[in-house]
Amino acid sequence: MKVLMSGNDAIARGAYECGVRFASGYPGTPSTEIMESFARYDGVYAEWSPNEKVALEVGIGAALAGARSMVVMKHVGVNVAADPLFTVSYTGTNGALVIISADDPSLHSSQNEQDNRNYAKFVKIPMLEPADSEEAKAFIKLAFEISEKFDTPVFLRSTTRVSHSKSLITLQEPVPYEDMTSIRFDAQKYVMVPANARMRRRSVEERLRKLEAYAEKFGENRMEINSEDVGIITAGMPYNYAKAVFPDYSYLKLGMVYPLPVEMIKRFAEKIKKIYVVEELDPFIEEQVRVLGIKVIGKEIFPYTNEFDPGVIEAAILGKKEQAVNIPPLNIPARPPNLCPGCPHRGLFYVLGKLKAFVTGDIGCYTLSFMKPLEGLHSCICMGASIGMAHGMSKALGDKGMDKVVGVIGDSTFIHSGITPLLNMAYNRSNAVIVICDNRTTAMTGMQEHPATGFTLQGEPTKRLDFEKLARALGIDNVRVVDPYDIKAVQTVMREELKRQGPSLVVSRRSCILFKREAQDARKPLRIDPDKCIGCRTCINLGCPPIAWKKFENMQPGTYKKNAKKQEGIAFIETSLCNGCSVCSQLCKVGAIGEEQ
Amino acid sequence: MQRNEVKSVLMAGVGGQGILRASDILCEVMMEEGYDVKKSEVHGMAQRGGCVTSHVLFGGKVYSPLAKKGDVNILLSFEKMETLRYLDYLDAEGLVIINMEEMYPPSVNLGDATYPDDVMGMVSSLFTKVVSVDAGKMASRAGNIKAVNTVLLGILSNYLDLNPLSWEKVLRKSFRGKAIDLNLKAFHLGVTC
Repeated sequence: MKVLMSGNDAIARGAYECGVRFASGYPGTPSTEIMESFARYDGVYAEWSPNEKVALEVGIGAALAGARSMVVMKHVGVNVAADPLFTVSYTGTNGALVIISADDPSLHSSQNEQDNRNYAKFVKIPMLEPADSEEAKAFIKLAFEISEKFDTPVFLRSTTRVSHSKSLITLQEPVPYEDMTSIRFDAQKYVMVPANARMRRRSVEERLRKLEAYAEKFGENRMEINSEDVGIITAGMPYNYAKAVFPDYSYLKLGMVYPLPVEMIKRFAEKIKKIYVVEELDPFIEEQVRVLGIKVIGKEIFPYTNEFDPGVIEAAILGKKEQAVNIPPLNIPARPPNLCPGCPHRGLFYVLGKLKAFVTGDIGCYTLSFMKPLEGLHSCICMGASIGMAHGMSKALGDKGMDKVVGVIGDSTFIHSGITPLLNMAYNRSNAVIVICDNRTTAMTGMQEHPATGFTLQGEPTKRLDFEKLARALGIDNVRVVDPYDIKAVQTVMREELKRQGPSLVVSRRSCILFKREAQDARKPLRIDPDKCIGCRTCINLGCPPIAWKKFENMQPGTYKKNAKKQEGIAFIETSLCNGCSVCSQLCKVGAIGEEQ
Repeated sequence: MQRNEVKSVLMAGVGGQGILRASDILCEVMMEEGYDVKKSEVHGMAQRGGCVTSHVLFGGKVYSPLAKKGDVNILLSFEKMETLRYLDYLDAEGLVIINMEEMYPPSVNLGDATYPDDVMGMVSSLFTKVVSVDAGKMASRAGNIKAVNTVLLGILSNYLDLNPLSWEKVLRKSFRGKAIDLNLKAFHLGVTC
């Protein structure tokens, strides 16, 4: 049966079809749906771990017990998991271990654009790269086969376009599940002290030689000979882009991007006169092909940055840009993503933006508050960075930094990698104030569970982490909880805690407006009374989507009323979008904002 | 159309307008009709009120899930201003369907930028096949303003050679309970507008 499926759903389906029943991961675009989709199959165990390092260690444990285990993360998650990753390459896997790295060329939803194919070479493990959903489903199965056959962790690399595009796939019956788990002791293989690790180090090289030989006959490395004049070496989604614009060229389509089938590449080069290497981001394949002494055209014409599309490849190869219609430059206002109407972060960041303090930020929806008009966040590096950075900044500034340094972090991000740096603050004593923006869910990636939501990925009720108790146990004495819908309370708590010596933690707690499980009290949309509005723009400066500004000069005379001498316009609320959070009405000095009658 | 050539529809609008749902439905109808089909969009951060696009490509054999600039046959725009952002994707003979709804981005609300005042004029000066509609009004008539996406699919269906029964079959499958009749009504209002 043919169905339309995303690459992510296809990976989950493929894993299920080939008997995988164990998966761990941490949410992150574009990988999130793989775990969500896998978790819904019958008889599987799937968990959100607190971060990618833990997820991988969970996966290693399951593999050592003989299970086929899948570990899922986005590209930057592999950085977090890198420590166990480099050494599980030495130990091997006993069962099977496949790590999905979902990369994000073009940084659609990420803080960097790293090319994780480099990890495969660095860690010395194989990497497969599918080009569409059908291949995603097939390749995950092959990845597990290779892992078992060669006792190695295997990478499956996806990119945003593979993960989030949909194409037709054929569903197959899952193979009957076979329980292969048992306890198996092998200290020389699994205890990586230097003496053992030196031995395993050699087996890593031996394994790599065997994998190189395997790559030569791997069925998903294939030649399509159409032309003797021009050929393209490529892998993954760029293959589809190239095929769409150059169907008559020859292709060497690599399903395994590491290690490469060297002999096959040489044979291709003997057949074809002119060869292009078409790959997004780094010249990963190109450099290895050049080392073979083969002349190819690559990054001298193709971009290093951003994802490709058929037009990018066509323009690079033909050296011109085909434009159907000459579109003149149009002045179109940008439409960046924004905090939702009624988002609990808005009130908090409105206050933070007025503090004149440096606010170290983190990864989550609230990162968006760096933009105008809130401008309430001043850095964003990686998951968990805000707390360590706030501590370092506060220490470096000394007395100058007193009441001037705040670190903000989301609830899921805090659990991911904020606990250790908070312990560091308690231990090394700095004066920064840390705010956990606790919206009771992992909002940015689409409402995933975490240890403080009280539920697991598979919907089981569980222990719920208590941030206040945790912070006190770590040695943070000043712990406050505040409702970010209450602007006065946020202002008071922030002022008091900034003045205090020693580290403080403020938990800004209110559930995400889109999170349906935690019922919000029903609130009526608000409206602005045009007879009262003095055009001061205070509400406008919340950047809330329903609140808009109308200039009098653009309005029909007689349709507006001036309520203040220098008033130039009036604010109004698009009621259909308003969630009635009341933050704007608390800020309105003239009481012009109230419930709709 | 020739079954072996690849055609494309680009849907564009603002996060929350139901674009991803609409392109899913379109793909399912293509499948019913026996086409190969691929679609692509970006989830995640962009959904928070930012621009959203969905590329749908169909034909005998489709490779790329992304259309090439200058190749798109139909641009289905869910929001007036967003139309302008994607005009360079259209083929010279391409059709533009514009929902006349205006949604202000933050810079316009802040008064730092102006919402373009002559979108129709600009589009009509560059392309000859332009259709403008008030899909919100029709969706409200069908019973729910949120059915804008289904109304627009109804309009789109007039320009694609697909069996009405396939549309109905997929629409029935895509919704539950009362939403089925509501969306069939919204689709029909789009078809007959």
